Amino acid sequence: MRNLLVHTVISRPLAAALVVALPALAACTESTESSATGADSRTVTVTSSEEACEVSDVEAPSGTLRFDVTNAGSQVTEFYLLADDGLRIVAEIENIGPQATRQLVTSVPAGSYRTACKPGMSGEGIRAAFTVTDSGEERDVSADEQELVDAALAGYQAYVEDQSAQLLEKTARFVALYEAGEDDEARALYPVARTHWERIETVAESFGDLDPRMDLREADLEPGQEWTGWHRIEKDLWPARAEDYTALTPRQRSTYAQDLLANTETLDAQIQGLEFTVDQIANGSRGLLEEVATGKVTGEEEYWSRTDLYDFQANVDGARVGFEGVQPIVAEKDPELAETLEDRFEALQDLLDEHRSGDGFVAYDELGTEEVKALADAVNALSEPLSRLTAAVLA
Amino acid sequence: MSPAGFSRRGLLGGSGALLVGVAGGFAGGRAVTSGDAETAAEAASYAFRGEHQAGIVTPAQDRLHFAALDVTTDSREELVALLQEWTEAAERMTRGEDAGPEGAVGGSYLLPPDDTGEAIGLPPGGLTITFGLGPGLFRDAEGRDRFGLADRQPEALRDLPHFPGDVLDPRRSGGDLCIQACAQDPQVAVHAVRNLVRIGFGRVSVRWSQLGFGRTSSTSTSQATPRNLFGFKDGTANVKAEEPEALAEHVWVGPGDDPAAGWLAGGTYLAARRTNMTIEVWDRQPLGEQEAFIGRTKGTGAPLSGGSEHTEPDFEMPGSNGTTVIAPDAHVRVVHPDAHGGARMLRRGYNFVDGSDDLGGLDAGLFFIAFVRDPATGFIPVQNAMAKNDALMEYLRFTGSALFAVPPGVGEGEFVAQALFA
Repeated sequence: MRNLLVHTVISRPLAAALVVALPALAACTESTESSATGADSRTVTVTSSEEACEVSDVEAPSGTLRFDVTNAGSQVTEFYLLADDGLRIVAEIENIGPQATRQLVTSVPAGSYRTACKPGMSGEGIRAAFTVTDSGEERDVSADEQELVDAALAGYQAYVEDQSAQLLEKTARFVALYEAGEDDEARALYPVARTHWERIETVAESFGDLDPRMDLREADLEPGQEWTGWHRIEKDLWPARAEDYTALTPRQRSTYAQDLLANTETLDAQIQGLEFTVDQIANGSRGLLEEVATGKVTGEEEYWSRTDLYDFQANVDGARVGFEGVQPIVAEKDPELAETLEDRFEALQDLLDEHRSGDGFVAYDELGTEEVKALADAVNALSEPLSRLTAAVLA
Repeated sequence: MSPAGFSRRGLLGGSGALLVGVAGGFAGGRAVTSGDAETAAEAASYAFRGEHQAGIVTPAQDRLHFAALDVTTDSREELVALLQEWTEAAERMTRGEDAGPEGAVGGSYLLPPDDTGEAIGLPPGGLTITFGLGPGLFRDAEGRDRFGLADRQPEALRDLPHFPGDVLDPRRSGGDLCIQACAQDPQVAVHAVRNLVRIGFGRVSVRWSQLGFGRTSSTSTSQATPRNLFGFKDGTANVKAEEPEALAEHVWVGPGDDPAAGWLAGGTYLAARRTNMTIEVWDRQPLGEQEAFIGRTKGTGAPLSGGSEHTEPDFEMPGSNGTTVIAPDAHVRVVHPDAHGGARMLRRGYNFVDGSDDLGGLDAGLFFIAFVRDPATGFIPVQNAMAKNDALMEYLRFTGSALFAVPPGVGEGEFVAQALFA
């Protein structure tokens, strides 16, 4: 439930999101002058009203085109550039409110197309033919790039599935220990099992019903809301910071443990077979660093156990895997950004490594203010360029 | 959409009718001209480039956001790139434009905007941005040369010594770089620092920052002397913009001042001191005592030896009780140039209130900023004398301290502190 405002990754049902994988790669909505634009013939203005879809030009040279779409009607509209068959979406902008103007910048090869405005967001839309002439400038959206994309998608999917499977396996062991009253062993396994959750946190959080039941912190409870999940058990295992805490009975333990396990099983079932788009991967990478900045570096996540640095590392792991998946794409499109990100991931990792202890990390309380500050600086340093990752991948 | 982003002022839709451009020597940029409206001390905008950095003799604006930063990169190239990026962004913002070329709303939907946007619709607000360099930029705590600049460190650029009465908070002291943003509107000043800090992430880390309101001195004869939180006029004897000779003598570093640091000629030193006032205790002092502590009247600011605000105090004037009218420990006497070989400084401090402390008292005081040609003669002795002898010390606690070298102005095509790296 937390971070609803900040994390935009996969915020709608995944089933709907994954179908748009390819168009999302080829096009992006933006309102800036792209480097390839400049000549007016590359800017097409579109006015969408209830009855009409006025397109300023019927043709344009191949390469990067910009469509400035103004909604002159009273209903929300959409604009599509469709392939000649009228079915395949080459580029689109949705949700253009009345009187609003949105820009669509997309790279279009020579060929025959159709434009379509869809006032009211339903029906066939108001269509017209549109020709893109060969300017000799068009960028070859090459087989190579598609290979890179496919590799990134497959790699990330496998990673998420694997982490989810490991989460399930370790959670099962954890709840068994906890139910059996093997508290020392349970405490040792707690941050290790959660590592797999934290590595794919932005994906796991996308299941809006499961996330609060599994990962809600006590501080985030709404009045009357029942507190379940990891942190409920965490408090029971580490009650030292609680005042007048009454330990859970074996029966209560069993209830919370089995609930967590059941939810983890549900999560794993939903995650297996999930498909992603490259922008989701890139956004996920950014989102995981946001998790670090807002919850881990501040020591809020693991209030009772003080195992925040495990989560910190796991979020960074997930972000790095996401970045590394799309790194070959970024390296081609924005080598400087790729290099900066590599350097700053490394710098942050070096800093984290200073706080290792045994197989894990020191307790958050052992960090001094200066050490936390240094970690926060490194997170800021990485997060700023990371916030440009999605745009670079889609460029 | 315009590729160049747009001026924040452009959003207002007006032409020049909003603002009054004034102030002869200062408004070299594009101070808005709307004709002949009344002349105010403050211009709508100040040129970022010039012989000296803006924000020193510029008529003191009402609001301050001051930030001290540590450099976190080891790379000289990255440091230079940062100063270049800062120069560009600062110049834009002082013109009332967005921090970056795309602006707050002009860029890609997939990217965070290159301006944070809270100043959309606000005028330039007389924004000045002044950059300074701390001793740590030249040598680290172990004395190591960080960026190949150690042999160019000005002799006078050292950490300020410990003064009596200092209870310094290390989290409010020092810094490798500083940014002083002054404006008529606090949102404009905060916007400037916020965007510069953001540009710097990965290369700098904010060490501390301070908001100020209500300038506590005048840097131009066109300005009335303001009041500090003790309720007294402050900065009456300040060096003013209209005194070029005094500026040359007391504020601007001369070409021969420091052979190792020729790059600083035309620059100055900025001493910052966060000075907490024990407001509640002060407020219980009888008026007579308050005036005796200061050595001036609370009403007009005239010295207790008589006259009006700008009358020179007569420190010898005998009083009825066998001592002088202006007490030996009166603030005005202790810090007076006559007591320090004629040394004067250009003060540019601001009041601050950072909420209340744990006991319910105001966490408030004076964020003192002074520009001096040489801190060794122009600031340190005065601070020492004040700490030892000033009656006001009973109501003051110094909680922050920092010294920076302020490079000279930035010429066309140059970046801040370019001469240091040449």
